[in-house]
Amino acid sequence: MSKQVTLTIDGIQVTVPEGIVVADAAKMVGIDIPVFCHHPKLEPVGMCRMCLVEIGRPVRDRATGEFVMENGAPKIQFMPKLETACTNKVEEGMVVLTQTEKSREGQKSTVEFLLTSHPLDCPVCDKGGECPLQNLTMAHGPGKSRFIYDEKLRLGKHVPLGNLIVLDQERCIQCARCIRFQNEIVGDAVIDFDDRGRGTKIVSFSDPGFDSVFSGNTTDICPVGALTTRDFRFEARPWELDAQASICTQCPVGCNTTLNTRREPRAGGDITVQRVMPRQNEEVNEIWICDKGRFAYHYAESKKRLSRPMIREDGKLVNSSWDAATKLAADRFLEAKKDFAVLVSGRLSNEDLFTVKMLVDRSEGTGYLYSRMGGGEMTSLVGMSGGSNFANMGRGTTIVVVASDLYEEAPIWYLRVKQAADRGATLIVLNARETKLDRYSSYVVRYAYGDEMKSVQDLSRKTKIGDAFTQAENAVILFGSDGLGIAGSAGLASACATVLQDSGHAGKPNNGLIGVWERANDQGAWEIGFKVEENLAEVLQGRTVYIIGADPVSDDPNLAKALEGAAFVVVQDVMETATTEIADVVLPAQAFTERDGTFTSGERRVQRFYPAVPVTGEAKPDYAITSQIASHMGVTLEGTSVSVLFDGLATSVKSFEGLSYARLAEVRPQWPIVGRGDMYYGGTTYENKHGMGAQLSAAATRGETVDIPQIDKEAAPRPKEKELLAVPITRLYDRGTTVMMSADLLRDRIGGATIALHPDAAQNLGVEEGQLVNVSFDGVSGDAVVKLDDTIPVGVALIPRSMGLAIREPVPANVRPQR
Amino acid sequence: MEHILLRHRDIAEFNTLNVYKKNDGFAAYKNAVTKMTPTEVTQVVKDSGLRGRGGAGFPTGMKWSFIDNKNWPHYIVANADESEPGTFKDREIMEGNPFQFLEGLAIACYAVGANVAYIYLRGEFWELAAFLDEKIAEMEKEGYLGDKLFGGEYSLRMYTHLGAGAYICGEETAMLESLEGKRGQPRVRPPFPPSYGLYGKPTVINNVETFANVPPILARGANWYKSLGTADSAGVKVFSLSGRVRKPGNYELPFGTTFRELIYTYGGGVQDSRSVKAIMPAGASSSLILVNDEKVLDTPMDYASVRTIGGDLGSASVIVIDDTVPIDWLVNKTVHFFNHESCGKCTPCREGTYWMSNITERIREGRGVAGDVDLLLNVAKQMQGKCLCALGEFSTMAVVTGIERFPEDFKKAVSKA
Amino acid sequence: MSLAKKYPKEIKQILSKYPLEHKRSAVMPLLYLAQREEGYLTKAAMQDVAQIVDITETEVVAIVGFYTLYHEEKGGKYRMQVCTDLPCALRGADEFMNSLCANLGIKVGETTGDGFVTLEAVTCLAACDKAPMFQTQGPDGIKYHENMTVDRTMELISILKRSVREVK
Ligand SMILES: Cc1cc2nc3c(=O)[nH]c(=O)nc-3n(C[C@H](O)[C@H](O)[C@H](O)COP(=O)(O)O)c2cc1C
Ligand code: SF4
Ligand code: FES
Repeated sequence: MSKQVTLTIDGIQVTVPEGIVVADAAKMVGIDIPVFCHHPKLEPVGMCRMCLVEIGRPVRDRATGEFVMENGAPKIQFMPKLETACTNKVEEGMVVLTQTEKSREGQKSTVEFLLTSHPLDCPVCDKGGECPLQNLTMAHGPGKSRFIYDEKLRLGKHVPLGNLIVLDQERCIQCARCIRFQNEIVGDAVIDFDDRGRGTKIVSFSDPGFDSVFSGNTTDICPVGALTTRDFRFEARPWELDAQASICTQCPVGCNTTLNTRREPRAGGDITVQRVMPRQNEEVNEIWICDKGRFAYHYAESKKRLSRPMIREDGKLVNSSWDAATKLAADRFLEAKKDFAVLVSGRLSNEDLFTVKMLVDRSEGTGYLYSRMGGGEMTSLVGMSGGSNFANMGRGTTIVVVASDLYEEAPIWYLRVKQAADRGATLIVLNARETKLDRYSSYVVRYAYGDEMKSVQDLSRKTKIGDAFTQAENAVILFGSDGLGIAGSAGLASACATVLQDSGHAGKPNNGLIGVWERANDQGAWEIGFKVEENLAEVLQGRTVYIIGADPVSDDPNLAKALEGAAFVVVQDVMETATTEIADVVLPAQAFTERDGTFTSGERRVQRFYPAVPVTGEAKPDYAITSQIASHMGVTLEGTSVSVLFDGLATSVKSFEGLSYARLAEVRPQWPIVGRGDMYYGGTTYENKHGMGAQLSAAATRGETVDIPQIDKEAAPRPKEKELLAVPITRLYDRGTTVMMSADLLRDRIGGATIALHPDAAQNLGVEEGQLVNVSFDGVSGDAVVKLDDTIPVGVALIPRSMGLAIREPVPANVRPQR
Repeated sequence: MEHILLRHRDIAEFNTLNVYKKNDGFAAYKNAVTKMTPTEVTQVVKDSGLRGRGGAGFPTGMKWSFIDNKNWPHYIVANADESEPGTFKDREIMEGNPFQFLEGLAIACYAVGANVAYIYLRGEFWELAAFLDEKIAEMEKEGYLGDKLFGGEYSLRMYTHLGAGAYICGEETAMLESLEGKRGQPRVRPPFPPSYGLYGKPTVINNVETFANVPPILARGANWYKSLGTADSAGVKVFSLSGRVRKPGNYELPFGTTFRELIYTYGGGVQDSRSVKAIMPAGASSSLILVNDEKVLDTPMDYASVRTIGGDLGSASVIVIDDTVPIDWLVNKTVHFFNHESCGKCTPCREGTYWMSNITERIREGRGVAGDVDLLLNVAKQMQGKCLCALGEFSTMAVVTGIERFPEDFKKAVSKA
Repeated sequence: MSLAKKYPKEIKQILSKYPLEHKRSAVMPLLYLAQREEGYLTKAAMQDVAQIVDITETEVVAIVGFYTLYHEEKGGKYRMQVCTDLPCALRGADEFMNSLCANLGIKVGETTGDGFVTLEAVTCLAACDKAPMFQTQGPDGIKYHENMTVDRTMELISILKRSVREVK
């Protein structure tokens, strides 16, 4: 706990941590000093001059340093000029007056000056109702200004800073919040001021424009309607919107979000999601979300949504009743006996997965987690547990990021790790290629593909880097599957678990292993006991398969072939996919926006999401569908109440012990205070009223003996002489369903299939940057555009996942120029 | 009287190293580095009563003693931005007497423990920067700059850095931003440069003329220097005289010299023998001093006295305005300047300077409507005391004093409409 | 050709002035270098500068936009920047400017038909005692011309034209 200081603001005595500024101190005791440029997450700049107040300081005796007393109280000396509450730090005995004639005159002046160039188009402004300038004009602003308005600035109203963010130059009040957010918090200075004086305006010259995966956040902290998303502009008025708490399903970070919904005439009067907004959780995403989470939600209301059960009759899928469809599935599952196989994905909630797991356990079949990454057994042993929070990491903490490009795979973790490094944490980046995080790291190790495990094992050696890890007070490792398949990532995970165990870090809060998974709830699936299968195609051959929330057919030709050879295929999903097309039974599931449940994030934090929009057609929640099938199989499972299901989970899965929906709904006080009447302070992010979730316990924390399977065989292959080893990497905007459904918006962000080669490798192959080539490897063949990258070894080629070339693991590839 | 700063006016080729050395050049510097401690050097400057020549008139020795010795390295930046309309003294010093300025800078660096000094010149001083680069190279050859100077431990390097056309970069924190390769916008203060300056390190910033005073002070002693000038303003000052005088130019005179002597004895009097209507003692940033009474001209030019006639001596750039000049025209000029130079960082200045120029322009073109003058005065007053840096404040000085002290001129102007 | 390829020596010399970890400080001198040839800053040139000092192109544009001696549009071979600020104006700068316009047949801000001179009005250049005066910004850098008359100015222009032809 830092030292406290006591001061008086408008007669109220307040005791606050030393080092904070007056505006924040006032906020803590419920006094709102108007601010524009000040944002509690950004460095003070004192530029807008909105927060002018009178500040007095006690006079100290030069000799003794004691306060000079004046009839009983310390003598206070006020500065002749007003001062900015956003830049002056609190001092013992300070007296702040925010409501005096003088202070109000100062604030009034600033508002009037701002209005001299600001259009009065509140009625049509996107920020209308959410706008501090509007509110302050009511409070301070003169009825009509004395300036001549027809001489106001006439500037661009719709200046696209990129494909996602639009700038209204007339509305901009030059507070620089957006610029400072990109500079200080993200570290991508892709927007800035051009010109000077009254000509000052925001510009972006990056390619594509405003090239950052965090750009949407600037529209939340813009105190006026100058920055808006192309998605939401003019779509709706803030006050017409309903808000429902949710969790982002795009990656394992588990950002807390709010879904703004409204009855949409264009959608035939249906209630639809109008925008996705961040919801404050300082332990997860603070008040930010990435652009993928913000913009790639449109699939939930897609035309391709499944709305009725279907069964295949003489070759064609025809509508059916729930009872008939689930009965048919159940019968086939029973017949199949040992040949019954279930494929689940991390798209499902904990409750869904738990239900499926119980069905599998009570049948003769087997369940598999559909994922291209392994290692989850390790994260439930030595993963992050109770009381862990990136926000508390700084000096004394060492963070290792291995085989992961966080900026692309889990943007908010990138932000959190960068900020921890800014606060003094030691960052060690282990990767075979350059990644964006290198810039903020104390140590970068460039290993050769195939040496992933070794590079981690080296952390326990007596070297500078080794010491930085073993000697650290706290140590966290984030491992991914950059360049790795299932075997490789599983091997890597056990190597990570071992070093964490040996260094004694495992089991303590703010320590442990984090998997950078593909999907939002892969961690939950692992915890509940699902495992991945390396040779999925083989094990599926000839079996009766129940696929839930996965599209193997379009993901991978080999799996497609395998499923053709399957005895019977039941597919349960929210949307038509290539896999539903080959299914014998199709069961429509509700999207996460239509139902409730919980996800387990990569940090092993369990968080609730809530229904926001009405159900599509006859769709049901996954757990309900599974339990209906189960009942036809003579197995009784809870099928109606998620909270009851969760309680079952909490009693039967150790790491969930002690958790309940009530626990998950708890909210701890958070700083900064946001989402109240004072949009100009924290921004339009939503206050967290629905719960901040709770973390699972790890085996190591529970004091159980943790034995880590030693994988000493070379888990990942090395490039051989005269051979090109294609390795998988992950891109944020891939060609997955969710992104493609929002494609018009993300147009200039999503690329096509690419293959990254070292310039020399390209030369040997006789191909050049931008050229179209044919790439082929075991059973897969397709076109890709060549990108040159001199940071990668000559022997390897990088191929992004889900971009049209189905790459599961490192594999020798052939590359032929296309004519 | 022989010059102390503009010595090139007395001695031919004074800007060549040999001539400078022959006239005891660098003796003070060598003596300081080899025989004095940094604190002793600072003390002498303190005792001399030398005040900053950049405008604020802050005691130089005291500024040096503020440097934070718990945080290293230290830097010194010489302010050679000289952009205040009516100011052209630093340029003559650097062209005519470069070594005395550089020697003063070197001594200051030793006093505050800086091993690197930057000279920030306004971009227009392109040729002057090249000229100084040569002089610095010569000093390195002669062993006045470099490593382990005079066989001791002290090392010092100097570099010139060109601005690119922005008056605001004369403001010390904006200058630091600019030197760091950013937009030249002022920083909030505190923290002040001596604790948080260039690259976040303790930094002292002084004006060129301030540095030029240092070698003679160390050579001849604090008392000698104090004996020149007045009680609150010790020593000599280079007055830049411009406007409606017969012989504009720089004049090095002791503080306390009267306006009358400067204008009539040295400046050859007012053009066409007209009478003085107003004086701007500190360039475009000054209040307009009303000269309705001959006695005003007998005011001694020192910081305290000039305040008694409603002005500030500032950088002592004396602009003489005669009775043919309409004040509304003049104010339009100054306001135009500040509107053009406002950095745009803070609201009152960004908007206020624009509206003031917008209104003065209108008045000037005879489109002024009744009430425009009050509005103009209003805007200026509304800006005062609210801006982030002094530029905003400066922009209001001529406006407010102009309207209050020369109301007739404005009445006439709007009545035309 | 990229800046780095064209001026390796100059760039090295410029960078040597500033601490390694603060090479951003070199952005302004580098922009002067980049402006030398064309008299204005091309997009490519600004990208080069951004790369050398390791900042974004947007940041470079922001700096260029702030300072008046950097130009983003092509101007005349020489920019003739006349000081019309208060002290010079008190000594006839405005009249001087007007007759210059008349002689060159252009308005302030315009460029002569032959694309040789762009006439600009600027704020104080610290030569108030030598008005009327202007500076020329051209291939040979920035030069002051003080106590000028219109005749001497026209003379100067023809001299400059000749010298330019000679280099060609
Ligand atoms: C808008 C503005 C412009 C300034 N311009 C200059 C300048 O051109 N030259 C200068 O020496 N000081 C200038 N100053 C003053 C500097 O900020 C600083 O006070 C001075 O360089 C300190 O040096 P000194 O103590 O030797 O005077 C300016 C200040 C402001 C607010
Ligand atoms: S007062 Fe003017 S120059 Fe100073 S910070 Fe504000 S806008 Fe910039
Ligand atoms: S100046 Fe304090 S909020 Fe902008």
